[in-house]
Amino acid sequence: MSEPLKRPRFWGSQAASGLALISPTALYAILLLAAPLAATLVYSVMTDGYLTVIPHFQLCNYIGECHSQLADGTMSPDGYLGAWSDPIVRTLMARSLFVSILVTAATVLLAYPVAYFVSFNVAPSKKALWLFMITIPFWTSYVIRVFMWNVMISRTGVINSVLQGLHITSDPLQMSFTIQAMVITLAHAYAPFAILPIFVALEKIDRSLLEAGQDLGETRFTTFLRVTLPLSMTGVIAAVLIVFIPTIGDYVTPNLIGGGKIPMIANMIEKQMLKADNRALGSAIAVSAMLVVGLVSVVFLALNRRYLKGPK
Amino acid sequence: MKIPVLRIYTIGYLLFLYCPILILPIFAFNDSTAVAFPLQGFTTEWFQNVFHDAVLGKALKNSLLVAASTAVISTFLGTLAARANTRYQFKAAGPLMGLIMLPMVLPEIIMAMALLVVLLSIGIPLSLFTIILGHVLVCTPFAVAILTSAFQSLDKSLEEAAYDLGEGPFSTFRLIILPLVMPGIISAMLICFTISLDEFIISNFLGSGEPLLSTFIYGQLRFPKNVPNIMALGTILVGVSITLLALAEFFRRRGLARTGAKDSGGFL
Repeated sequence: MSEPLKRPRFWGSQAASGLALISPTALYAILLLAAPLAATLVYSVMTDGYLTVIPHFQLCNYIGECHSQLADGTMSPDGYLGAWSDPIVRTLMARSLFVSILVTAATVLLAYPVAYFVSFNVAPSKKALWLFMITIPFWTSYVIRVFMWNVMISRTGVINSVLQGLHITSDPLQMSFTIQAMVITLAHAYAPFAILPIFVALEKIDRSLLEAGQDLGETRFTTFLRVTLPLSMTGVIAAVLIVFIPTIGDYVTPNLIGGGKIPMIANMIEKQMLKADNRALGSAIAVSAMLVVGLVSVVFLALNRRYLKGPK
Repeated sequence: MKIPVLRIYTIGYLLFLYCPILILPIFAFNDSTAVAFPLQGFTTEWFQNVFHDAVLGKALKNSLLVAASTAVISTFLGTLAARANTRYQFKAAGPLMGLIMLPMVLPEIIMAMALLVVLLSIGIPLSLFTIILGHVLVCTPFAVAILTSAFQSLDKSLEEAAYDLGEGPFSTFRLIILPLVMPGIISAMLICFTISLDEFIISNFLGSGEPLLSTFIYGQLRFPKNVPNIMALGTILVGVSITLLALAEFFRRRGLARTGAKDSGGFL
């Protein structure tokens, strides 16, 4: 830009300056994120040993039956089932997936009208304030927020004492330790994650397109369906992925709201990695969870592409 | 007259969002160990307990140390990445930025476990330092997001003018760019500080048992008689978080006003 002559060499070029500038951050992410994730992948195809993993390739941590090496170097006679063969892991995986899909659907559907309201019905000067209001609860202690839901829904909690105080119900409602309670808690926790991307997509829509739609005889509702909604789908997709992917690995909510009675896949990963000291199996479950998340995301993106290309 | 359905819905939704943190202070001052209605009277006993708890004092010290270190390191790393990505065009930018931003969507348990296993394998003992390593990973994407918008709203001609007037790249950065993005940097530091203060999963798994605020709270919640103390502590923490966020928002807006950009809202 300021250079009088274009130098074709690498040094001093855009690429070199950019790489040099980004390298500390990139190196940090490679060493502390990419390398550990790669290690997890490698561990998942190794043999479990005492407090370690042994570099002996096998796939039994995924399918079939595995044997750990004991402290004295012999193989344990008692086997364990690989991640996809173990019915308990399969149950937890299915439950995590089910809860994540419910949470994602609830969060995004509840969030869309809010994003729409802030984008279309709020004066431009007030938008930042509304978004700030929406994000505040998100930045307060996650553990405390999750626990507060427990306080509200427990047998002697806020909702039950209000309902009984007003003589609406005589017996306390059993809401704790249920999947519904976990879904509400998680939908609450991830709400701003869903609102912000949808808001950004709605903001980008050229308002004259909507007028054009209505000038051409569409009603407000059909304009929304045929113009606003398809144009905001990029935001909806971002919202879906940004809620769905972290939710499947949630660890705190199953413990605090589920009371440990409804464990999810994150709790299983923790158990295998730490309490059971089976890092090979723990890694295989972690990799499997990521594969499932990735697969569902890809299917979702493909379906969505078909919807957007669908009949005009 | 038309009923403002959307407005009513949005206000209802905000109530849902705020419900837990509005109920928190009510029970922090309630004179009963049971967290339930009807309220039993006013007390500041729980707050006194909080101020006299030695373990909590240690947890607070540790948390402040971790959060401050995380804020400084993440913001530094975030500044480099955001500047590289907005100022220069290079092929590796896409994949590298993808990797740097990945912790925003990656389940934390996967990150914590992967990091834990590697640290144990290469024999690095768990400590507050390892917690900071993990927190920096989580916070950097947020710093990058805030700083990217700060750098994007910079007018490139200001920089060119400085070069034309004979300044070198470093003095231009120090004299022109840094002052203009300073509000963004402060905003990013405050956000990273807040995230680190509240973060639980990495603090729990990458720690050596040294208490942090979030792990202390999580541990106390198992004992019903300690819950009112946690309500009081939570009230203080929420108050601190909101104050820090309001400050961050103030600096973010001042930054936008300084560079003359339009306020498009939100941190992210």
